[in-house]
Amino acid sequence: MSQNIKFVQGNEACVAGALYAGLQFFAGYPITPSSEVAELLAARLPTQGGKFIQMEDELSSICAIIGASLTGHKVMTATSGPGFSLMQEALGYAIMAEIPCVIVNVQRGGPSTGIPTQVSQGDVMQARWGVHGDHSMVALTASNHQDVFLMTVEAFNIAETYRTPVVLLFDEVIGHMREKLVVPQEGEVQLVGRLHTSVKGGVDYHPYLPREDGRLPMSDFGGVHRYNVTGLYHDMWGFPSSDPKVVHGLIRHLVDKIENRANLLAHYKEYFLEDADRVLVSYGAPARSALHVVKNRRARGERLGLLELQTLWPFPTDIVREKCARAKAVVVVEMNMGQMLQEVKKAVEKPEQVFLANRIDGVFITPTDIQNILRLIQGKGV
Amino acid sequence: MAKGKPKLKAHHVNRDWCKGCGICVHFCPKNVLELDEAEKAFAARPDDCIACKLCEIRCPDLAIDIETE
Amino acid sequence: MAVKDYIRERFFPHMWCPGCGHGIVLNSLLRAVEQLGMSKNEIVMVSGIGCSSRIGGYVDFHTLHTLHGRALAFATGVKLSRPELNVVVPMGDGDALAIGGNHFIHACRRNIGMTAIVMNNRIYGMTGGQFSPMSGLGISASTAPYSNIDRAFDVSEMARAAGATFVARTTVYHAQQATEFIKKAFLHEGFAVVEILSQCPTHFGRRNRQGGAADMMEWFKENTVPVGSKKKLENPALIERGIFVQKEEPEYCSEYAKIVDKAMRG
Repeated sequence: MSQNIKFVQGNEACVAGALYAGLQFFAGYPITPSSEVAELLAARLPTQGGKFIQMEDELSSICAIIGASLTGHKVMTATSGPGFSLMQEALGYAIMAEIPCVIVNVQRGGPSTGIPTQVSQGDVMQARWGVHGDHSMVALTASNHQDVFLMTVEAFNIAETYRTPVVLLFDEVIGHMREKLVVPQEGEVQLVGRLHTSVKGGVDYHPYLPREDGRLPMSDFGGVHRYNVTGLYHDMWGFPSSDPKVVHGLIRHLVDKIENRANLLAHYKEYFLEDADRVLVSYGAPARSALHVVKNRRARGERLGLLELQTLWPFPTDIVREKCARAKAVVVVEMNMGQMLQEVKKAVEKPEQVFLANRIDGVFITPTDIQNILRLIQGKGV
Repeated sequence: MAKGKPKLKAHHVNRDWCKGCGICVHFCPKNVLELDEAEKAFAARPDDCIACKLCEIRCPDLAIDIETE
Repeated sequence: MAVKDYIRERFFPHMWCPGCGHGIVLNSLLRAVEQLGMSKNEIVMVSGIGCSSRIGGYVDFHTLHTLHGRALAFATGVKLSRPELNVVVPMGDGDALAIGGNHFIHACRRNIGMTAIVMNNRIYGMTGGQFSPMSGLGISASTAPYSNIDRAFDVSEMARAAGATFVARTTVYHAQQATEFIKKAFLHEGFAVVEILSQCPTHFGRRNRQGGAADMMEWFKENTVPVGSKKKLENPALIERGIFVQKEEPEYCSEYAKIVDKAMRG
């Protein structure tokens, strides 16, 4: 239908996906290049009875969405590098207390204030390990606006299914670039709602006792079950515990619920991999340049393929290993100093055959940049 | 019957919760309370109690309950 | 005792030291809830980190034990997402005013309907007696072994300046007044701050030769006066107790409801 076709920025595609997924509460703080997400939601959320609040900083923004999630709402915040750094503390809280929430990081160059208006993918490892302590993490990304929309919906679905924060790791190019978005009809994309407990009031409810399928039904704050939520290690009622069995059981649960589902959570796209003897592995906006190279080379009869990762964490080790198994060379295309390169090396049979095509100067990686690396691998001069 | 001041029925001190801080003993206006050998509050002179409940209200351990008639 | 209906008895005796004023704050708060006849299901207690924050574990409400300094930020999300809930946020002085200082002033400014209780014992108790922004000059603390040169805040003045629409101060010696102020704060439509001076005999009292818990409470009695008292003019060092601010201003959630109406009309 014509009214569902839009020409938008990636940040707006993210907003459209979030609203489609049922976002009800957003708290945020202005920061380039993510501010459009907040601006659009300030306008749109109240039109559907949702809530928007601009907080005093990023620390409080993520705290506020966690509070709102506990009252039974789908929640999100959006930020960029420096703000994402500030959010790590409460991100760990959301992991520990198992609070569904979505955190958008539209990446810019860092460290520190870095290069606010230019593109980077320097926060990939921060998304995985920025939180202190052992933990697992879900982080998704996308290379075009249709996928930004779908991955945003998927972020909410994963957050609700596994009671976990989910990071959407976009980048400045995706965030600000304009392209076509077709918003699906209602019901076209499956949505996961909040799983509420069926335990009646007055009956002992265990907010932290997983069901057989691993899910933990929730009870909204303000409802009939009064329980405790804490960032301390806690028992199945949510009360602090330092019992070694409880501590061990909880950390295993928090890590296993994500890591054991790495294949289930793995979203990716593949192009010309069936017979590829060289495989590009990329994600986010750089995957567009990578795809351009692959299509060009294919036209010239070269057996080049692309594996585009959409789930970055948990790292899809099995999929990367399988898809790269027949390749004589693997080139990781990313806009950092090789953060995913190391993960790909760990995943494949022959790490010495994995190479990096990157840019770290704030300029978007071009097909030529990638082709230069391919020529080097082939022993040709640049 | 005219509404008079509440009359004491019993002092209840939860010995498991009392930590013997002595706040109740110190501030009792009628010097009713004392700490025993185990450092737990008890009503040494219950007949002097005027049931003002200041001990109950100021007990940090929620260990005192002044039952009135 | 009816206040027992509002606690999780299985966790008693609580973890606070003998004579800790925080227990009296808990006691006063429970009486306020009882006297107002509030429903346990409608109360959300959000706390941060520190001795004070452990209060949440002991009350039979919806309890959210969060991060150091950030309780008001979590509470803002709870309240704005479900404005019909009664949100109470007990905090320590370091929790509320050092690491949480920015959230504190902005919650005051925003005038969002919740009750902040600052359990001010002028020290970091849980971590071992370091000075807080409330310790004040000349105090001895584990991180001020030669006496403290760090000046103190006046919590109530700051809350007033930041725009809180209900601001009151009392002490745990004046426990009945604490209950009265908490009740008024609960009933107030807007951001309410109740500062309650509380004793830490273990760290503050011991290091500053202030005696035991009862002696420290005597100090509260001797060194505080009702707001507007002539004694304060004669001795400016006295600390005023009472309600400093009580005014009606637009409350944040109510104002946001108007925004929703406006947005929906298009």
